[in-house]
Amino acid sequence: MTLLTDDQRQLADMTRSFLAEEGTIKKQLRHWRDTGCKDGFGHGLWKQMAELGLTGLAIPEEEGGLGLGATEATLVMEEIGRNLTPSPFLTTALVAVEALKGTEQGKRWFPGIIAGETVAAIAVDEGPHHRPRAIALEAKRSGNGFSLSGTKQFVVHGASADVILVAARTAGSAGEAEGLTLFAVPRDAAGLEIENVTLADASKAARLTLSNVAIDADAVVGEVDHGFEPLRRAMRAGRTGAAAELVGVAAGASAMTLDYLKQRKQFGKLIGEFQVLQHRAAHLFGEIEIARAATLKAAELLDKGDERAGVMSHVAKAKAGRVSALAVQEGVQMHGGIGMTDEHDIGLYMKREKVLDALFGDVNYHARMVGMLTA
Amino acid sequence: MADLDTFRAETRSWLEANCPPEMRTPMRSEDDACWGGRHFTFQSEAQKRWMTVMGEKGWTVPDWPAAYGGGGLSPAETKILREEMKAIGARNPLSSFGISMLGPALLKYGTEEQKKRFLPEIARGEIRWCQGYSEPGAGSDLAGLQTKAEDKGDHYLVNGQKVWTSYADKADWIFCLVRTSTESKHGGISFLLFDMESEGVSTKPILLISGYSPFCETFFDNVRVPKDQLVGEVNRGWDVAKYLLGHEREMISGMGLGSGSAKTLAQSLGEIDDAILAAEVALFDVDALAFAAMSEHFIDQLKAGEAHPAMPSMMKYAGTELNKKRHELIMAAGGSDALEWESERSRGGKAPREWLRTKANSIEGGTSEVQLGIVAKHILQLPGA
Repeated sequence: MTLLTDDQRQLADMTRSFLAEEGTIKKQLRHWRDTGCKDGFGHGLWKQMAELGLTGLAIPEEEGGLGLGATEATLVMEEIGRNLTPSPFLTTALVAVEALKGTEQGKRWFPGIIAGETVAAIAVDEGPHHRPRAIALEAKRSGNGFSLSGTKQFVVHGASADVILVAARTAGSAGEAEGLTLFAVPRDAAGLEIENVTLADASKAARLTLSNVAIDADAVVGEVDHGFEPLRRAMRAGRTGAAAELVGVAAGASAMTLDYLKQRKQFGKLIGEFQVLQHRAAHLFGEIEIARAATLKAAELLDKGDERAGVMSHVAKAKAGRVSALAVQEGVQMHGGIGMTDEHDIGLYMKREKVLDALFGDVNYHARMVGMLTA
Repeated sequence: MADLDTFRAETRSWLEANCPPEMRTPMRSEDDACWGGRHFTFQSEAQKRWMTVMGEKGWTVPDWPAAYGGGGLSPAETKILREEMKAIGARNPLSSFGISMLGPALLKYGTEEQKKRFLPEIARGEIRWCQGYSEPGAGSDLAGLQTKAEDKGDHYLVNGQKVWTSYADKADWIFCLVRTSTESKHGGISFLLFDMESEGVSTKPILLISGYSPFCETFFDNVRVPKDQLVGEVNRGWDVAKYLLGHEREMISGMGLGSGSAKTLAQSLGEIDDAILAAEVALFDVDALAFAAMSEHFIDQLKAGEAHPAMPSMMKYAGTELNKKRHELIMAAGGSDALEWESERSRGGKAPREWLRTKANSIEGGTSEVQLGIVAKHILQLPGA
């Protein structure tokens, strides 16, 4: 059964009306962008989301959260995408929480996340493309713990995070899944240099340089040399969440464009009367429905613990990436000149889509994974 | 739940006892489909027996009321039956336009007498139906049809021509759209059923680019049709037609899934040693698996009565475009092997003929452009659409 339950519909409705009120482009994205906020998001909103239980949505009930699943997470993510709401929800409440579930580090950080006071980030990429197996950042055993050296980039909210989950190599060589270890590195660790970078969509993602950063053994998340497993879980949650956000971006951009088609006149007609635009809009509508169904399917399989969740989460991220790219490109094109102005919101959707597509692997990466897994 | 468990166990043992082993093997081609009807040449005794026992039990149409020859099963029981059939690899016992198209329309618009007369024989595969919608001057613009039915008191007198009447040369009866009034384009259409053996009906196949000929031209020359074979109200046949087209589109969109899994595709392609093709196949797999998720969701929405009435158009459009793409990839991967039209190893030119056949997917049942127009108008509510 792929239809939502009543509880899930209520959660979606609640999130939709909350973000349509508090998470708007004007109140959040433009405000933080135009005031040059170093975080790129508002802590006030993060606190409000905590009051609604959203920050602890994926945290198990016995650890103080709502104990909800990937399906609920996608419902929230789609609304975040629709409003382009900047928040640490994806990286903290979904990705970091997934990695930290059932660990000692989880006990340490979950209360702050539930309270909307803690922000977490994950550091995986070391080059311009997402290649988890290629991780080379070195973690050498040193005394009672480890010494980390290397670089990371595209660490979303890295400069705002209280804790950064760093994927490092404790054994093996780049290209191998075995030999990776995940460390929970506090932001103030000595030897950790954080460069706060503003991305095209005004969001913030850090470049990290680690120079002999000394980490206690208890900072290991999961098991030494077997970090690929929590990383894999975290990445599945991340790409499914990002896919849902992309669906929201596509839906938001296409709603804005449809409104425009119904009011803009050219050549003495509403431009929405032109068949060529109608057909493109109708094609896009179907593609968005399909991307949403794929994302919900991935979430459903994740929630069931079905082994097909792996491939379906790649399908969802790739499909949502392609569809969302189409939606924002059609959006800007159909708006014409006004769509090129900073004053109009449609361009903000285009910029967000580009960043989200790259986050946790772009269309090419995920399509390649689908090709490998289904061959 | 206990009842359903019992139903499952009983269904399993009934299928075990009644489904012939030959009918538990995959169909090799479209030719293996069982169509039934007065003159159907069964490929085997097993094929005939399978259709007959399933028809007698009403399980060719498990969710139709038992009073009309159906199985009278609940949605949950129907699902169990399908699962158990799938588990043993049972073939579809009957392929039938009567089941997929006319039946639902009769259930909704037919008189009690019509339901009792026509539905059981559809369920049992006794009468093979064809569809008389398109005309040479009215394909996707169906409302422009000209075939005329004059009211002659106790009967209609039908004159005109239909085209793209699938399997009309093999059909026993036709469900047909005719013009009973010229006052309005949509308003003057009526929905008639009649026997293809009626005097004045003639039909001839149209050879297609694939070398196959499922389609025909059909001519009506002073055909007398009794008035009790009118479905719904006179001049209101458009409602029946639209309802039936919705079912046809659901059926066609499902075809996109027939060989839909990426794995099936990969197997049919064999080794791919071209990086660009491999990338295209990977991107196709993404689309195909995403569409499969959508299909599942769409079917659940339909069952729950939550699907927008225009959604079959979106599904038909997406599913058929996907199917065309699939066969382009199969041709690309097959190289010169896939070009063999007649040879031992090509199984009668399966690859090129299927590739050509799929090109009709986005034309038949309303072109892709017509489907997009419907979505633009009814879902997106764009002006003047």
